[in-house]
Amino acid sequence: MTPPGRDGGIPEHPPVTERRLHPVTPFRRAWAPLAVLAGWTVHDPNGAHEQLTRLTGTALLLGLAVLVPAAGLYGFLSWWFTHYAVTDTELRIRTGLLFRRTAHIRLERIQAVDVSRPLLARVAGVAKLRIDVVGTDDKDELAFLGEREARALRAELLARAAGFAPETAHEVGEAPARVLLHVPPRELVRSLLLTGATWGSLGTALVVPAVLWLVTQNVWTVLATALPLFGAAGARSGGRFVTEFDWTVGESPDGLRIDHGLLDRAHETVPPGRVQTVRIVEPLLWRGRGWVRVELDVAGSDNSVLIPVAPRAVAESVVARVLPGVTVPRELSRVPRRARWCVPVWWRGQRLAVTGAVFAARSGLLRRRLSLVPHAKVQSVRLTQGPWGRLWGLADVHVDTGADKTVTARLRDVREAARFLHEQAERSRTGRRTAGPDRWMAKG
Amino acid sequence: METGSPAGTGVPADQPAWRGLQPGLLRVRRLLLLVWTGVAAAAAGLLPGLLAGPPWAACALLPPACAAWCWRLLGRNWRSWRYTERADDLLISRGVLWREETVVPYGRMQLVEVTSGPLERRFGLATVQLHTAAAATDATIPGLDPAEAERLRDRLTELGEARSAGL
Repeated sequence: MTPPGRDGGIPEHPPVTERRLHPVTPFRRAWAPLAVLAGWTVHDPNGAHEQLTRLTGTALLLGLAVLVPAAGLYGFLSWWFTHYAVTDTELRIRTGLLFRRTAHIRLERIQAVDVSRPLLARVAGVAKLRIDVVGTDDKDELAFLGEREARALRAELLARAAGFAPETAHEVGEAPARVLLHVPPRELVRSLLLTGATWGSLGTALVVPAVLWLVTQNVWTVLATALPLFGAAGARSGGRFVTEFDWTVGESPDGLRIDHGLLDRAHETVPPGRVQTVRIVEPLLWRGRGWVRVELDVAGSDNSVLIPVAPRAVAESVVARVLPGVTVPRELSRVPRRARWCVPVWWRGQRLAVTGAVFAARSGLLRRRLSLVPHAKVQSVRLTQGPWGRLWGLADVHVDTGADKTVTARLRDVREAARFLHEQAERSRTGRRTAGPDRWMAKG
Repeated sequence: METGSPAGTGVPADQPAWRGLQPGLLRVRRLLLLVWTGVAAAAAGLLPGLLAGPPWAACALLPPACAAWCWRLLGRNWRSWRYTERADDLLISRGVLWREETVVPYGRMQLVEVTSGPLERRFGLATVQLHTAAAATDATIPGLDPAEAERLRDRLTELGEARSAGL
């Protein structure tokens, strides 16, 4: 580091303290050689067996004696050369043994902060911290930090991003959270049992091996297809249960907090004004119980679920907190009847509503999906019309958002669509004026 | 100059000044069409003519027939492209059969790109492309006069800065 303010022209900065990751980090890569070996064994069992029998005990030990320290050394060096520092405006991560890489992550551009604790990391008492800005990749996460350190760092980053003075950002601490919604395990299990995909994959896993048995009478073929199919069916619903277990949505001045997971715990904080799109999904079998699933899009974030399952009224109240000033529209306008010549049957599912705050388009007949885009989040508006649509005087309106998602209102009357196009451009312009600042605690 | 479209009426009352593309673009595209038609006609005439007998060389007439049709299509497509700069957004309209109209607010622009390939440069053309945070935004204007492209770029960046809105 160069000593600050040497040539006088640049104002003096307080020295930035660089920190290292948790010392347990090197071990995360220690298992890599074993994984490669296991992968090879699975891929080519006969060849592996042959090679292993040829190896003598001494050769095996010698190999291990080289491989394990090499992996350990690599892990240690990559840990030693990884530093991170928080400055007034950015999080800086320096990595790289041979190829140096420095990531500068601007704090006011934060879209979300994730702290996740995989099962093994929970045992070791460490956590991963990741900052989502547009364009970050997996390299830009801090893995691993001590649990308490991760929590303190998250609080500090959010306080600085919110616009608190740097001197006080340390002491602000974690903003108090208020729980908005908690999904009980019973409800989650019931919702999974009422999902068509669960039964569909289970049905496939039962039917395909049975048919194969009748055709081939070969036990091995049947097992080879049945096991992956059952595995996929189990992983699908079981995996969803494990990730969506104990789903808690909270609200704090720092924005939305989402906590979930049975084995791997994950936490996400989405600061105010970062949500680009909200989707309310209503599968067919849930409709009788009035349940919905809510998904959200944040630019640069992996997580797309806001509520795995909740009664509609509760979900709508959460949506109203996530998108301030937005009420989920009840009355949606249908498409003209002639649209049935363009999209048979499914034309009935297409609906659209535009309120003062939000553009809402619904699609799907069995599985209804209502997408909400606040006018302030619209990046561009497009109108498209193909030859068949022109014949029937119909056009589609697309609304592009910053999370790289496009919401489409299909099959509108062409004159209505043209009006929507121009009104939407106007609305998103005025909508942006009232949007909050990037640094959400800063006034004005 | 205050707003692009007065609220309520929907369709802009003061019809914005639409601009079309340079005729040079049509010339380039038609030239490329002729070149490829020549290649295709030679291939379609020679191969069947040599393999199946001289009468089959008549296949060479097929590509020019298609080209005649494409010639008209290119003209119609070229005429359909137009754009206008409104007070707060850029409006691009294009396509004949597959019509598309795009509105991009200046404040949403992340990047303005001016490109000009060797062939485009030879004919005095340039392409302006606007990028927003949404990759789906397809705001490209091909076939501009280089001076106009630069004027547009400067104006867009200036307006984009003034109305910047981020994500």
